[in-house]
Amino acid sequence: MREAFIQTLLTLAQERRDIFLVTGDMGFSVLEPFRDRIPERFINAGVAEQNMIGVAAGLALTGKQVFVYSIIPFACMRCFEQIRNDLCMPKLNVKIVGIGTGYHYGPAGTTHHAIEDVALMRALPGMKVIDPSTPQEAQEALKAVADEAGPVYIRLGKYQGDSVFNHANKFVIGQANILEEGEDLAVISSGSVVYNVHKALQILRGQGLRGRLIHMPTIKPIDEEMIRQTAKKTEVIFTVEENNIIGALGSAVAEVLAEGRCNVHFRRLGIGDVYEKAIGSQTFLQGKHGLTPETLAKRIQEELASIIL
Amino acid sequence: MDLAQQARQIRKKILQMHHRANSSHVGSALSCLDLLVALYFDILKIDPQHPAAPERDRFILSKGHAASALYATLAAKGFFSPAILDGYCQDNGQLPGHVTRGYVSGVEASTGSLGHGLAMGVGMALAARFDKLDYKTFVLLSDGECDEGSTWEAALLAAHKKLSNLVAIIDYNKIQSFGRTQDVINLEPFKDKWASFGWSVKEINGHNFDEIRSTFKTILFAPDKPSVVIAHTVKGKGVSFMEDKLEWHYKAPNREQLEAALKELDAVL
Repeated sequence: MREAFIQTLLTLAQERRDIFLVTGDMGFSVLEPFRDRIPERFINAGVAEQNMIGVAAGLALTGKQVFVYSIIPFACMRCFEQIRNDLCMPKLNVKIVGIGTGYHYGPAGTTHHAIEDVALMRALPGMKVIDPSTPQEAQEALKAVADEAGPVYIRLGKYQGDSVFNHANKFVIGQANILEEGEDLAVISSGSVVYNVHKALQILRGQGLRGRLIHMPTIKPIDEEMIRQTAKKTEVIFTVEENNIIGALGSAVAEVLAEGRCNVHFRRLGIGDVYEKAIGSQTFLQGKHGLTPETLAKRIQEELASIIL
Repeated sequence: MDLAQQARQIRKKILQMHHRANSSHVGSALSCLDLLVALYFDILKIDPQHPAAPERDRFILSKGHAASALYATLAAKGFFSPAILDGYCQDNGQLPGHVTRGYVSGVEASTGSLGHGLAMGVGMALAARFDKLDYKTFVLLSDGECDEGSTWEAALLAAHKKLSNLVAIIDYNKIQSFGRTQDVINLEPFKDKWASFGWSVKEINGHNFDEIRSTFKTILFAPDKPSVVIAHTVKGKGVSFMEDKLEWHYKAPNREQLEAALKELDAVL
């Protein structure tokens, strides 16, 4: 997804002279095409994330459209207050691109896992939160984001499947997509883990359970209408995300369901408020948290059984 | 009106604002006021009638808690009606207690959390270079703010990028929130620190208008380097019982104290 990001940003920047890219010394083997082609609009702020956001704010205050790039914990946690004060309060045109959703950097250790960023960014007034699933969708999302006023957070993971994104749909910020129809249950998901949900639903389909798969690439503002419609069509809704289940996609969906007085069974599936101590690949760690296709299918079945009981 | 006279008038306004609002940081505002007056009335290329002109000089008050000093100076310069100052920190007023962009004309950036201003100034200076505009960006910091790592992150990048169009000014009154800078975290040798970070440094008396003016008029101090002016100042400057006292970081003058302070300033006028 990183390559898709930089190709698209480079194309956009060649068309628009106001686009700048600021990095906190990240992007080796990714950002070079931009650096080499448009060096005057590429700024490496150093291993200094607070500085990175402050410099981006200063550029935006002079009318530039600024993209900021780093690994998620550094892009949006180390410099959280700069994002809040310097970007969100004045509603500046700065787009934060965070790399490595969930357990993307699995073996690198807990410091590099990104399971709280959606909750953090979602809590900032005026900040939009985008969680694309595939490289193609990341490209489309990036184009949409470049035209969007104000701060946006876009997080990019590692997509390992074939495309489940409906390319007929133009990416519209705030709009969810129905990837698969089904009546027995619905799953709302976002990010690269959507592929695992797709495979899990295939397993369940083999057992006679038809699931509706909603891809919610914009977590904020969330597609409330899609959630309410889904609640009318099924009795059970799951959210699946590779995040701490507190404060992220599941919470956002729960807010809509609760306030809409939707009469459904609802379960948030994700990471259960823990820092993962086990060492291993993204797939290995996903498996520990019921987020691989097989473990997810099993978890959904267990939850359905408990609901029916 | 000469600068000293202008500064005394604005000091009176600041004292009235803090009294009316019962708000903190009057000492911090008085400390940097002479620097602000020199900048706004003699140095900055700005026009209150064209506050968004692309070629204008930029000024960021990074020590955003001294907001009353900036607001009162902007009003005196004609950016907005002085009547608006009465709403400082008041219910439904137009001026919040820390510098915030978007309420009145002339405020370039929101500050109030320390350590944010210099990085934003670096961004503006980079933009000026890219846009081939010859404006300068001035950032006024507190001494306590130099405890923030982010200040030094920005200092490193500014020197690395050879931002000769960037000027930092330190309001070095030597008192921070909980004590004297030398007791909390000693900044000395302060000049050497900035110089070793690649900045061209000058030290001045931050209350001597001749020194302030002559120093700012010689910027750029050096080609290919950002400039920093370490201005030695006195917290609470201009009101004898507030000068060099930590408590005036917090207290607001009551009626009697306000009257005594105004009387002192009037005696000089």
